Amino acid sequence: MEEMKDVILEYVTNEYLEEDDDEISYDTPLISGGIVDSFSMASLKRFLEVKYKISIPDDKATPEAFDSVDKIVELVKEYVS
Amino acid sequence: MAYSKNVREAYQGTLATIKDAGLFKQERFIHSVQDAEIEVEFPAGAAPKRVINMCANNYLGLSSHPDVIKAAHEGLDSRGYGLSSVRFICGTQDIHRELEEKVSEFLGTEDTILFPSCMDANAGVFEAILTAEDVMISDRLVHASIIDGMRLAPAIHDTFKHSNMLHLEQKLQLHSDKRIKVVITDGVFSMDGDTAKLDEMVALCEKYDAMLFVDESHSSGFIGKTGRGTHEYCGVLGKIDIITTTFGKALGGASGGCVSGRKELVEMCRQKARPYLFSNTIAPVVVSGVLSVLDTLSKSTERRDKLEANTAFWRKGLTEAGFVLKDGNTPIVPVMLFNAKLAQDFSRDLFDEGIYAIGFFFPVVPNGQARIRTQISAAHDIHHLEKALTAFRKVGEKHGILGKTKQEIIEKYGA
Repeated sequence: MEEMKDVILEYVTNEYLEEDDDEISYDTPLISGGIVDSFSMASLKRFLEVKYKISIPDDKATPEAFDSVDKIVELVKEYVS
Repeated sequence: MAYSKNVREAYQGTLATIKDAGLFKQERFIHSVQDAEIEVEFPAGAAPKRVINMCANNYLGLSSHPDVIKAAHEGLDSRGYGLSSVRFICGTQDIHRELEEKVSEFLGTEDTILFPSCMDANAGVFEAILTAEDVMISDRLVHASIIDGMRLAPAIHDTFKHSNMLHLEQKLQLHSDKRIKVVITDGVFSMDGDTAKLDEMVALCEKYDAMLFVDESHSSGFIGKTGRGTHEYCGVLGKIDIITTTFGKALGGASGGCVSGRKELVEMCRQKARPYLFSNTIAPVVVSGVLSVLDTLSKSTERRDKLEANTAFWRKGLTEAGFVLKDGNTPIVPVMLFNAKLAQDFSRDLFDEGIYAIGFFFPVVPNGQARIRTQISAAHDIHHLEKALTAFRKVGEKHGILGKTKQEIIEKYGA
């Protein structure tokens, strides 16, 4: 699942960071760290669903579950067949 | 009593937190009409002081123009003060429809519907025209009212980096399976004063079968050769599907707004937009004032031309004085100070020099992007701007920032 980790890290970096922002790692807090606002979570969820051909129920797509790349990978793995 | 001591103390605690964070907003009372010079009571209780106003959205200087005031008086006399009804019961007068037609003509659109404010237009439009099968793709710096409107809509929401067309295209590709796609942007962005790339956005929307929504609140009346807005400036008149704009800035400055665009979308708003359905519309006195404004602007570009010349003079003066400005060519000219306290101190010092301009800092702008946002008006004469430049130079010198780069200012004051 290393590849999934890197794909999601790259997406989050490209999507939410500006050029002069510090780099993030797999365990950087995304929502609680103010990098991804809760309103933008919908687009992150959409990316994961399209990329991995899964459907994440809304009640599972919580700010806690999306709070780091590691946590997102855990969530996605639950739904990837 | 439901408002118990505990509840009161809870609110007092929250307000104290806002104050402690330096985010407490206080109104300043103006004892005059809105104009290039105003009389401001600051701090509260002080004798009003006459200052040059550098922070109004009064771009065309029409807020207190005699012709507008005269038209408003006539409207008050002929159509009364209020209507005591929403539009579809007994709250629509002939002049409301006349204004909708005049706005459509001015903006080059198919139809228009009035709202009590542009805040209401933005709050109501997305819910009225979109379903859960649709997607809204917005620039990350759109106005707060658009964000509120998107939150109320059932469609999913995504964003693209500010004015980044490559990123927008990626998002249009990602959401290509959606029934309806709407790309959403401001025409002129209120905090930075930059202009949306509407020509490129129209091309992308055509390529990916998406609609384009533009909020023209900081553009209508003065951007473009005849002041029609950003769509005129970018050469895409008639190609914007939904325009929202306000009558509370350049177009008279009182209140009111509208959704203007494709006739089916406007009709959907008339049937479903909640701020339209459940609120009185614009008062007759304001409608009459805006009709007069549009009449004036359709006959002559004199005021927007003066605004353009004033803006060029102001930008050149600040640049020569050695300030760091945000790039752009609109009458919104942000003087970058980067540090929140410096922005507040700078604003206070300007006031002492007879210049009224406000400091903006987080959360209104991103952290480390504090600034004095200056806004130029056609009501300004060159002597106003010369006096303001003298004051800016003096205060800039006091704080040691003239001729300094962004990095040097941040090193001195922090971001």
